[in-house]
This record gives sequence, C-alpha cells and structure tokens, in this order.
Amino acid sequence: MADKLLMIALSPTMEKGTIHTWHVKEGETFSTGDILCDIETDKTTMEYESPEDATLLKILVEEGGQASVGDPIAIFGKKGEDISALLDEIKKEESSKADTKREEKEKESALEKKTDLDIEVKRPESQKAIQPDETTRIKASPLARKIAEERGINLSQLKGSGPQNRIVKRDVENYKPQEKSATTHAPYSEDSDQRIPLSEKRRIIAKRLSESKYSAPHFYLRVQVDMTRLMETRKRYHETHPDAKTSLNAWLIKLSSEALKKHPEVNSGWDTDALIRFGNVHIGLAVAQEDGLITPVVKSVEYKKIAQVDHELQELIEKAKNNKLSPEEYTGATFTISNLGAWGIEEFTAIINPPGSAILALGAIEKKPVVINDEIIIRPMMSMTLSCDHRVIDGATGADFMKTLKAYIEDPALALT
Amino acid sequence: MALITYREALRQALKEEMHRDKNVILLGEEVAQYNGAYKVSKGLLDEFGEERVIDTPITEEGFTGVAIGAAIAGMRPVVEWMTFNFSIQAMDQVFNNAAKMLYMSGGQVNIPIVFRGPNGPAEYLASQHSQALASVYAHFPGLKVVSPATPYDAKGLLKSAIRDDNPVVFMEAELMYAWEGDVPEEEYLIEIGKADLKKEGDDVSIITFGKPLKIVTEAAEILEKRGIHADILDLRSLRPLDEEAILKTVKKTNRAVIVDESWPVASMASYIGWFISHKAFDFLDAPVELVTSEDVPMPYNHTLELAAQPSVDKIVQAVQKVMYIGEA
Repeated sequence: MADKLLMIALSPTMEKGTIHTWHVKEGETFSTGDILCDIETDKTTMEYESPEDATLLKILVEEGGQASVGDPIAIFGKKGEDISALLDEIKKEESSKADTKREEKEKESALEKKTDLDIEVKRPESQKAIQPDETTRIKASPLARKIAEERGINLSQLKGSGPQNRIVKRDVENYKPQEKSATTHAPYSEDSDQRIPLSEKRRIIAKRLSESKYSAPHFYLRVQVDMTRLMETRKRYHETHPDAKTSLNAWLIKLSSEALKKHPEVNSGWDTDALIRFGNVHIGLAVAQEDGLITPVVKSVEYKKIAQVDHELQELIEKAKNNKLSPEEYTGATFTISNLGAWGIEEFTAIINPPGSAILALGAIEKKPVVINDEIIIRPMMSMTLSCDHRVIDGATGADFMKTLKAYIEDPALALT
Repeated sequence: MALITYREALRQALKEEMHRDKNVILLGEEVAQYNGAYKVSKGLLDEFGEERVIDTPITEEGFTGVAIGAAIAGMRPVVEWMTFNFSIQAMDQVFNNAAKMLYMSGGQVNIPIVFRGPNGPAEYLASQHSQALASVYAHFPGLKVVSPATPYDAKGLLKSAIRDDNPVVFMEAELMYAWEGDVPEEEYLIEIGKADLKKEGDDVSIITFGKPLKIVTEAAEILEKRGIHADILDLRSLRPLDEEAILKTVKKTNRAVIVDESWPVASMASYIGWFISHKAFDFLDAPVELVTSEDVPMPYNHTLELAAQPSVDKIVQAVQKVMYIGEA
C-alpha cells in the first residue's frame, strides 16, 4: 500500500525544511535506516532516515524545494503501484489548506477593522495619551492629586512649589479658596462652580449629537395637526378592547411608519458615498433618563399592529429607565420621534438621530381656535416639527411626507389607503 | 540588660544554640584553632570540641557543599564565610543546592543551615573585597536573607536563623563587630521577616538595613535639628521582606529615602523603590530617592572609597530632596 513520506521535525524548533539532496531516486528501493535525503533545517543539515523497507515511487519536493513539517515530500510503496488516488488526495489537501489560509486572513482583517472601531468608541478619555504639551500639562505628585480630588480642588488653580512647578502635598494643603472681597459683592464666583466628571453616557450623547448636528445640514418643517379624530379613534379602540391601554405614542409611531412606507426617501440614511434606503422601518423614541436620554427602537414597525407596537414600547421604556437596554435595542433607528408634549412644550426642534435622516419633534396637544369653513372652532391641536438631513431629504420630499403624515393623523382611516 | 559588642552578641547566640541542640555545628576557615578571623567564635572550640567547631581548608565551594550535605543528613550547620566576597566561590552550592533542594525534592529534603559572615565594604580593602551582596542572595527564592544592624537584632536573629528549617543567609559587617548595644540577659528570639521601626517621625521614611543604619541614625539627628522628623525603618530581613511595615511608614510620611550600601542597579533599594511606587503610588508626594554606593568598583584610594559609599551628607540631601527643601 503506497503512503506519503512526510516532512518530519528534525529539530525541536523546525517548522520548515529544505530538501538538500535526494539520496534515493524514483523507482529505487531502500531499507529501514537508509538515508533518503538530506534536509536543511533552521539550524543545520540533517539526514532523513527511512522508517521502512519500500520503493520510492514519486518525489513531490525536488532538491532545493521547501516543505512544512507534516507536508508530504514523496510517495513510497511497492514497485509499480498505482498512486494516482494518493496524488489526488494530496492535491485536494493543498487547495483546502490554501482556502483555510485565505479565510483566516480575511477573518483577521475583519477582526482588525472591528477592533479599530471598538477602540474608537470605547477607549475612555483618561487612557488617551497624555498631551505632550509640557507647558499646559499640570504636574502634581500622586498624593497631591489624590488630596485635591478628595477636597474637590481644581489643580489648575494651584501654583506648584516643587521642581518644575510640580504641585505637591503642601501646595494643596495650604490652598485656600479666595475669600470674597468685601468691596465686590459679585453674585457669581468661579469657586461655586462644580466640575462634574463626564459619565460615559454623557460623553457618548455629546459625541453623537455633535457629530449629527455638525455633519448633517439640518432643516426644519413645521405643521399643526388636528388630533380630534386620532383621539376619537384611540378612544373607540379602548372602548371596544377594554383590556387594551395603548399610548398615543404607539399610534403616532404606527402612523409615521405608514407615512414612511409611502415616502421611503425619508426612511433613508447617508453613508458618505451612497444613500441608504432602509428596507425596514425601525422607529426610535427618545426616552428621558435620570442621567441622560436614550432612544429605544421598535423594529420593523410596518409589520406590527398598534397593540404590538405599544406592548414593545412599554417594555423598551421600562428597560430604558432601568438602564437595561442592550445595544441592539437602542441602535439602528431609521426614523425617530421625540415627544415633549408631556412637559407642556408647544413646539421644538430636535437633532437627527443617525443612522436615520429625520426626527419628528412633537409638542403638547392643546385646545386651539382653528378656522374651518370660515368658522372659528376649538380643536385639540399638536405641533409637529420634522428635522431633516438635507444631504438625504430635500425640502419638498420632507414636505410631502409631512403632508401624508398630517393626513393620516387627522383621518387615520387614510392610512389604510 | 548588658552593653555588649555585635561580635559578642553573635558568639552568645552560637553558644546558646550549640548548648541547646547538639546537631548545631560551626565550620569555616580559622573558626576553631584561631578563634575566628574576627574572633566571633572565640572559645567555642574549647567548649564544644573539634567535632562541632571545625576548621576547613580554603575552599569555600568545598566546605559549603560539605555543610549542605551535613544538613541533609540531619545536622544544623553554621557556615562561617571569612567574608561574603569569598562566598562568591560557593554560590553554586548555595543557589543550586541549598536554595532549591526542598523545592526539587517535592518538599522531602530541607536544608537547615546558616551561612554567615561579614558583608559589604570595610576600609582599604579595594574592589574585590568591598562588595555588598545582599541583593544577589535576596534574588534567589528558597533562601532567607537577614542583615541585622545592632547587637540585639544580631543575637535574636542568629538564634532564629539556626532554628529555621530553611537555608538562611546571615549578613554581618566587619566594621560592625566592635559596635556596642544593649542586649537582654534572658533568652529572646527575633522573628525572621519583621522590620523594626528604629525611630519615629512623621515627615519622611528612611528605609535601610545592616551597617548603614548607623549613618542613617546620624543623618536623622541632623535632620531633627532642622525640624525634620524621620521614621527610620530597619528592615532587618530582606527575604522575606516586611512589606506591611514599608507600606505603613510610607503611607504615613508620603515620602521615602532608601539607603543601601550595594550598587544601585538591581539592588534591594531599587526593588523596594519599585514596590513602593507600585503599592503606595497615590500616597507619594515625591519620587522615591535612593542612597546607594556609586555605580563603580570600590576605589582603593581612601577618599574616593568614602565618596563612593552612602554618607550622612548624602542621606540628608536625599531627605531634603523628597521634602522639596532647598530647590524648586
């Protein structure tokens, strides 16, 4: 039975070997202990002793050729044996090895990319390299820093008495906040300012919103909507479904989703060299938290009924308030709604929440006189302001969307059309 | 209490332990007939006989190895090296046999042995005979290393070292043999691995061991007159190191000066400096200062010889530096 002669590790550190000389030629027979070939390892040239009595049928790696430990370098067996099956097998192994290598490489580069991103997002400010600007950097002993932190003293207000103006313990201990002078009764003093270290969340909010506001050219469209029918519809739904208690936000999310289906150009995003037309409608709702805000996202609203939207929304809001949202639950909104109606805000403008290109700011519902058929009538009115990214949405496009949304809210049955 | 010399304190410890345990033997060059090169073993040959107080040839590696073998066989040998400079000949025995036997035998064979003798520079002995090798021995896991600075500590630690079931390297100093100190009449032991706060003060921690304690004490007196109150921590043991005591004093004073008569590179001082910055970083108000021998072979010229070693003046300077006095 023919078999492969493998490159073996001839030294503990050897990974590859080069065939220096073949002492046996194809077709020649050899016995156990015969020297088959000389192999150059990483250290020296070693003799490859035969492990069997057999005939050398085929040399796979010629003199001067290299092979990794474990790779076949020749085939041996009985004289005249058919070795074509074995050769095919070796070929296959080689190509699958190449594939694995390529895959590994791809995986590696993907991993590298991912890691880059992670670092960009996660690295806290404190781990960034110290600024090399020696003139502005505050030099202080570890102890001085610790005491200053404990006492809430801003080191930049101190003058260091150590070498190179290093702030040391005595400088912190001798520091007295400047007494307010008797002559100036300034109502404002810097000493009463507090420096609150940024939480990671605050940092991210600041970063994301600044990025959005600075990079996306915002424009705003405002319209008043008559809420009479939507409120009636919701009331009827509750009357016919005594157990249901849906929020107005759920209705507005669903109607927005219907309007977005009709205007997919608003359900879009910007990606430097392309516009992204999102395949689903994922609507985020801004939720206030004690220490910031977050926008949990109801996914694929277009496939969900209002009751389901409402149910998911309640769950997400509950999680948001307890800081329990997982990242996939607060990212990927293709459209966002921010509702400050509960605070009595009449109208406001919001900053777009990427990757979406539009955010709808909702004010409070207030009874207002409106003119209908030349008569002044009192109606519950709400102000809606759409902020649009002009790179993606043009004025008329946004206006069309608002017209549709207004129509759906003022007559929810139209949403079925 | 009796005022006795460091030499006498060592002799008392040897004598008491040899009476206490017949397995304790003393061997080394000139320890018997000549009563010891530095007279530490004076009278011991007469008292205990030549089977227990043994003169050896001038072959440090040989008699150190013999003693290690005797320890394996159940004796408790005390090996006197005429100086630690000569112990360099015996290092293979100490590091490869004494330090590792317990570990390599899986805990079956322990080596209850003491290697003792004068370490560090004396005077006019030039570079080959003026070496402070504490960090060399303290480098090796498997050895205990002590370096007492007073007669009281020397006696209590030598008795503990002889009773210890591990190899203990016991570092004395030629100049210290004649120094005097109070030692109690009654028996006492000092635990290996415990530092001793020799003087208390709140301003700065001066950490040292062995012979330099004397100049540290003198420097502290000068500083005291200048209104600077120093903690003086005498480590006494280098391995195990009393880390707790080091952290306690540094956390109190927020600044440390380490005085070590070895060279600065890879020394006990540099190790302790790292240890402090690692474990007490937020308590430091200044970088840790080292006062060590200069990084040169010991000069023979006496003026240079003194200049190459830690001095009272260098210690005072270092303390003022960590206190931010006299510079800004």
